[in-house]
Amino acid sequence: MSITEILFWSLSILALGSAIMVVTSKNPVHSILFLIVTFFAISGHYILLNAQFLAIVNIIVYAGAIMVLFLFVVMLMNLNAESEPKNNRYLLFTGLISGGCLFLVFISAITKSEQTMAMVQMGGGNGGLIKNLGMVLFNDYVIPFEISSVLFLSAMMGAVVIGKKSPPAPQGGNSGS
Amino acid sequence: MRGLGRQNYMEIKWYIGLAVALFCTGIVGVLTRRNSIIIFMCIELMLNAVNLLLVAFSKMHAATALGLSNPNIVSDAQIFVFFIMVVAAAEVSVGLAIIVMLYRNTRSVDVNFLNRLKN
Repeated sequence: MSITEILFWSLSILALGSAIMVVTSKNPVHSILFLIVTFFAISGHYILLNAQFLAIVNIIVYAGAIMVLFLFVVMLMNLNAESEPKNNRYLLFTGLISGGCLFLVFISAITKSEQTMAMVQMGGGNGGLIKNLGMVLFNDYVIPFEISSVLFLSAMMGAVVIGKKSPPAPQGGNSGS
Repeated sequence: MRGLGRQNYMEIKWYIGLAVALFCTGIVGVLTRRNSIIIFMCIELMLNAVNLLLVAFSKMHAATALGLSNPNIVSDAQIFVFFIMVVAAAEVSVGLAIIVMLYRNTRSVDVNFLNRLKN
């Protein structure tokens, strides 16, 4: 077993275990912290695949920005294990059954395929380096890049407009919340 | 990186299996949990599983004839993943604003309270 395989399996177990903990833990703050662990494990997978730019972006954008936003929202709402809605047994059972069925369908489809023996190149190859990605991004994908700035602008305006208090609300006197 | 091990290749099926397992964990979370923030986090988990699979497939095709005819194939796939992350970041900002507004109106993040939107 080479060191690449050991890293692959340990990162996979870390990602899967913490993903399951995200779903099962009662406290939303714990869920968020486990999701951050999952994202770090996925970033490790990107590094194994020599996708260094994506690994850094995954840590900065997902683990750094998005999950901190989630954490702020959860702490702002003061959610904890007591305020967690009680789960219905039938709902839990149905969800597990249907998710497991989807998993089995995917796995059986994979094992029937003939392409599954194809090899993934771990490390090596310089397509994922920042220099090459920048060349491709600003040569071939300039227009989507510019459109994404419009998307961010509209998302920012949307978040402000949605998050703003509606005009009749300030009469209630709950401006502190 | 080259001297890391003798065989620097993995079979694609392990990557597919990992991504499918992560995706199905996200599906189960969306179906079973009632806290809307956890549901949103499970959607992020599914997005990341798909991103990982996209990168793995790009590295698979880099060694085949498809990759030899198109030298930019790995960079193209990773640009796609980058744009998925961009869209996900925009989605999270709007979605969390909606959840905060929902909490402000119903004092709860339970998705079952969403049926109060009827009136």
